Amino acid sequence: MIFLKLIVTNLRRHRIRSLISIAGIAFSVAAMLTVVTILQGAIGMFSGILSSDSEIIVFERNVSDLFFSNVPAAAAEEISGWPMVAHADPVLFGIVSSADHPIITCFGVTPADARIRKAIWLTGDRLAFAQHADDVVLGQRAAEFLSAKLDDHVPIGHGVFHVIGILKTANGFEDGGVFMPLSSAQSFFHKEGVSSVITIKLRNKDDTASFKTKIKAKFANLIGLEDAEFTRSYSQFKILKATAWAVGGCGLALGGLGVANTMIMSVFTRIREIAILRVCGFSHLQIGAMIFGESAVVSLLGAVLGLLTGTCLLYALKLVPALHGYVDVTIQPVVMLIVILLALITGIAGALYPAAYVTRIQAVEALRFE
Amino acid sequence: MSLTTRAANHDPASQARIVLRAEDVWKSYDDGAIVVLKGVNLEAAKGETVALCGPSGCGKSTLLHLFGGLDSPDRGRVSVNGVEVNRHRNLLRLLRHEIGFVFQLHNLIPDLTLEENCLIPTVAAGIDRRTGQARLHQLAERTGLTERLGHRIQKLSGGERQRTALCRALMNRPKILLADEPTGSLDEHTSGAVFELLLEIVATEGVTLVMATHDRSLARRCNRLLEMHDGRIHEPVSA
Repeated sequence: MIFLKLIVTNLRRHRIRSLISIAGIAFSVAAMLTVVTILQGAIGMFSGILSSDSEIIVFERNVSDLFFSNVPAAAAEEISGWPMVAHADPVLFGIVSSADHPIITCFGVTPADARIRKAIWLTGDRLAFAQHADDVVLGQRAAEFLSAKLDDHVPIGHGVFHVIGILKTANGFEDGGVFMPLSSAQSFFHKEGVSSVITIKLRNKDDTASFKTKIKAKFANLIGLEDAEFTRSYSQFKILKATAWAVGGCGLALGGLGVANTMIMSVFTRIREIAILRVCGFSHLQIGAMIFGESAVVSLLGAVLGLLTGTCLLYALKLVPALHGYVDVTIQPVVMLIVILLALITGIAGALYPAAYVTRIQAVEALRFE
Repeated sequence: MSLTTRAANHDPASQARIVLRAEDVWKSYDDGAIVVLKGVNLEAAKGETVALCGPSGCGKSTLLHLFGGLDSPDRGRVSVNGVEVNRHRNLLRLLRHEIGFVFQLHNLIPDLTLEENCLIPTVAAGIDRRTGQARLHQLAERTGLTERLGHRIQKLSGGERQRTALCRALMNRPKILLADEPTGSLDEHTSGAVFELLLEIVATEGVTLVMATHDRSLARRCNRLLEMHDGRIHEPVSA
């Protein structure tokens, strides 16, 4: 109890310094949590696009980005004819821009695609999709930022398209995207006869392994992966995740430096007191534990404050109209745990030098210290 | 020349009761440029009170630090109950159970209460809280601090602070109390009262007291008064 009191007393003695350190850790944790959660959410949304009513995705082997993947239309036709396949939907991804909107995601899909079949149509007729080459269906948010209504003609990229429907979807990318007939998209993006991926739904999930083997045997340039497998192995996702953790890690490292500074100052200003503890029988280990205890308290308080701040920030970002549907505020418990652990490790790392310094303090010298 | 200043009684029984011993102890600073102790020999028996008198810089405090294991001699041997002090394994046990320190400045932790300050040695030694509290109340009663246990150090007078330091030093029932000018920062009246208390408690508890002081009137009240000068104990003076 007295030991804990010593830890708290030492932190209270320099309140402002301790609070600054706590704030440093809190901001770092909030930054890490926000960046990681947003990117995890984005990855989740992108995975969601791919896994709409499907469990396997087929794409060109060894491409770094699905936008560069070219899957021949003939392959889609052949695969859809396999008895084990319930349906195979070719999807072509493209990015276009319009006035004031530099990035609009386009999906070239067939009328049978689950994204068209199963979406909530706010206006328009699903059966009218793909009857004309210039028909497009807009996601609700895309319709908002393009100020488009049913039957309007909207400029998208180098073309003008007729809006035949507006649909609502929970996925941020789809909600802010434009759905074109596959053939129109192929022509628009100069990718005639190909799609980016084929999303596959099997009649029986047990056939997954044999389906993948068959793809490998039949199409040397293609690969079939289960959705979860794809999410794990897709290099873009790996880069995004690594970037998120690296950015967060840098923030946390800065927070750790703040803790180190606080602990160093804390030790330097009570050298005599530490000498007295030595005279009273405290071992180096006990004094080191006291220093680590102080930094652990700072880190934990910072982590808790950071989690609260990060969560508030995520909710605030979700309310920003431009980001509507793009920010997923669901914080994964594992992310929360990792962030707390990293904060704790950072704090302890920050106390390493001060603790090592303390063990070198000679009581007899320190007693003369004024 | 260095004298072997033995415990008051030279009979074998008294020798067997020697708790503190310095044998030909030398100590210097600045790579030998300043020689503070020059072959000091000293013995103190259980329950004995020894006063070290001498001018500033003569080595009194250095000798106390060596007895407490806070510093190590360049040459010679310092032992407590026959166990050499400057071995790390012995040192912690020594500081926790065998030796208590009282300094000229009270050296208490200002943000803690009197009670918390006194319990620090029990925390270091892993003594359970109940035992620590019982001992504290016993000492507080003797030193007249019972009413002040919950007070912060800033709220205490100079005499109370020094009495608190005395309580802290005696918390773990040490066998030896090393006091470096324990009343040096107090006025004459308070100094007398604190010293009286010190003598009374060490007598009751059977603690050996080795005290460095400039105050000869206080020093004379100890069993032995040793004169230190130029790094040596010159000769014992009958107290």
